[in-house]
Amino acid sequence: MNERPWGLWWTQARAVMRLEVKKTLFSRHGLWVYLLAFSPAVIFAVDSIYMMKTGRPGDIGERTHGFAAIFQLFYLRAAIFFGCVGIFMNLFRGEVLDKSLHYYFLAPVRRTVLLAGKFLSGLLAASLIFGTSVVLQFAALYWYFDSGTRQEYFLHGHGLAHLAAYVGVTLLACLGYGAVFLATGVMFRNPVLPTAALFIWEAINPILPAVLQRISVIFYLKSLCPVLIPGDISLDKGNPLGFIAMNPSPASVLTAIVSLIALAVVAVAFSGRQLRRMEIDYGSD
Amino acid sequence: MNEAVTQNRIVFEDVSKFYGDVLGVNRVNLSVRPGITSLVGPNGSGKTTLMNLMTGLVQPTRGRISVLGIAPDDPERLFRVVGYCTQFDSFPRGMTGYQFVYSYLRLFGYAHSQSSELAMRAIERVSLTDAAGRRIAGYSKGMRQRIKLAQSICHNPSVLVLDEPLNGLDPLIRAETIALFRALAAEGLHLIISSHVLHEVDVISDQVILLSNGYVVAEGQIQGVREEIQEHPMQVLIRCDKPGELASQVFHNDYVVEARIHNDRQGVLVKTRDADRFYLLLNRIAQNGIEIESVAPADDDVLSVYEYLIGTEESTK
Repeated sequence: MNERPWGLWWTQARAVMRLEVKKTLFSRHGLWVYLLAFSPAVIFAVDSIYMMKTGRPGDIGERTHGFAAIFQLFYLRAAIFFGCVGIFMNLFRGEVLDKSLHYYFLAPVRRTVLLAGKFLSGLLAASLIFGTSVVLQFAALYWYFDSGTRQEYFLHGHGLAHLAAYVGVTLLACLGYGAVFLATGVMFRNPVLPTAALFIWEAINPILPAVLQRISVIFYLKSLCPVLIPGDISLDKGNPLGFIAMNPSPASVLTAIVSLIALAVVAVAFSGRQLRRMEIDYGSD
Repeated sequence: MNEAVTQNRIVFEDVSKFYGDVLGVNRVNLSVRPGITSLVGPNGSGKTTLMNLMTGLVQPTRGRISVLGIAPDDPERLFRVVGYCTQFDSFPRGMTGYQFVYSYLRLFGYAHSQSSELAMRAIERVSLTDAAGRRIAGYSKGMRQRIKLAQSICHNPSVLVLDEPLNGLDPLIRAETIALFRALAAEGLHLIISSHVLHEVDVISDQVILLSNGYVVAEGQIQGVREEIQEHPMQVLIRCDKPGELASQVFHNDYVVEARIHNDRQGVLVKTRDADRFYLLLNRIAQNGIEIESVAPADDDVLSVYEYLIGTEESTK
């Protein structure tokens, strides 16, 4: 056998992806992920319809800030966070609970190749679901405006750049949270407590010392968001959730992107190490 | 051990496996040759642990395992030559029988056409062609058992590990499956079969490994194992035309412990401490007017051997 048969590994990873992407995208058990992902798009669409019916004039700046708030406070922290819990944690832990992981372990597939195939399929599915939702949210949000205003905003204003930035942040969120929850699913038999701990850690990130803030995913994602949200400026006005949106010393774009990729690499490498030692022991789960 | 021998055997060297404080198997030393080898023992005796160890699904706490010279922690090489039909009765969601085997073959890196051809051939071999397009969720227990068997043989392995493979099969399919095992063994495969139904493995095994509470208590050809159990006299059933006369002629020899007329009154059941001398005696008796139709050991089956070694209670669990 070739020392490093990359061609075979890629073929095997694709075979894993074929099974996993289908399972993730079309599973009834994953319906709640779609609900979580697409609920902002539905809310924006309903709001636009309401605005049209009532004939209220729209304000692009106001809607842009509104989107930024929902994106940071709900979409990143809840929708993508829990969506990635559902998608990535199930890649291995779900199979252990279903007692079907041995299907893969009985094939002549290197466990790191299996891990890569599963992670890529999770990343593909999550990016597709949450990335599509961001595009739809934008469409629903600005669809209310007349075509001239829309063209002006998207072609001559910040519209397209913002959309690209939000899609990029979404993909990086899937990468970062995905890798973290993949590792959590491989490491813990009961991932509820670590998930809750991570959720709290991400939520209190803004009030942590500067050094600790950097040990998170949300810090870098917030740094990459193109629009500051009203919470930043309304904290001193008594907004109790204002602290969540704070990011007084954001990372640079390059630092944020490199840090998130590095985090993902470390988490996936750690998962690979754990997976090589993993035994099939359904009885104790 | 000689490397050439290791290349053709499944070897356990001082292997132990503990699940926390719970013993799986302890200090196992085995060298399994090609042919049908049965792992025999009650539930919890360590059969599945041994199978999981040789397929790398669990790792030994101590010792070394080699399957045809391949370490079980190298799945990339191991499962090119090993097929494992597990006892787990669970399947990836939503798959048909065909998809189950086909997708497994795709994981080997085979192209679509080759995977499809191999999958259909394996499914045909377990007589499940008609149900191949149906979802496994709708299969009976016996059909699920057979589709797992198809998965384990689809890549033409050299070693086939089968955990309770006859569970849930009806008598007809059971007979067909046993015939399939024999055909595979005749092709030169190693077949490792576990069962807690002793008479089931008795008819198909070339050799047995008897397990109790995580220990190997005996291994080898069943007759050989039986001969080594000195404390229990051998039982021999002699069919003849004059059972009463035969019983009286053999009974006064000191190596004959018991001579009893068989229930159907057409034979004598003899217990002897020295089978060789008894057979010589029988030759002499045959020349003196008693017509002997058949002579057959009555307790060199797996059940008897297991009872002698482990005890009646365990063997009937």
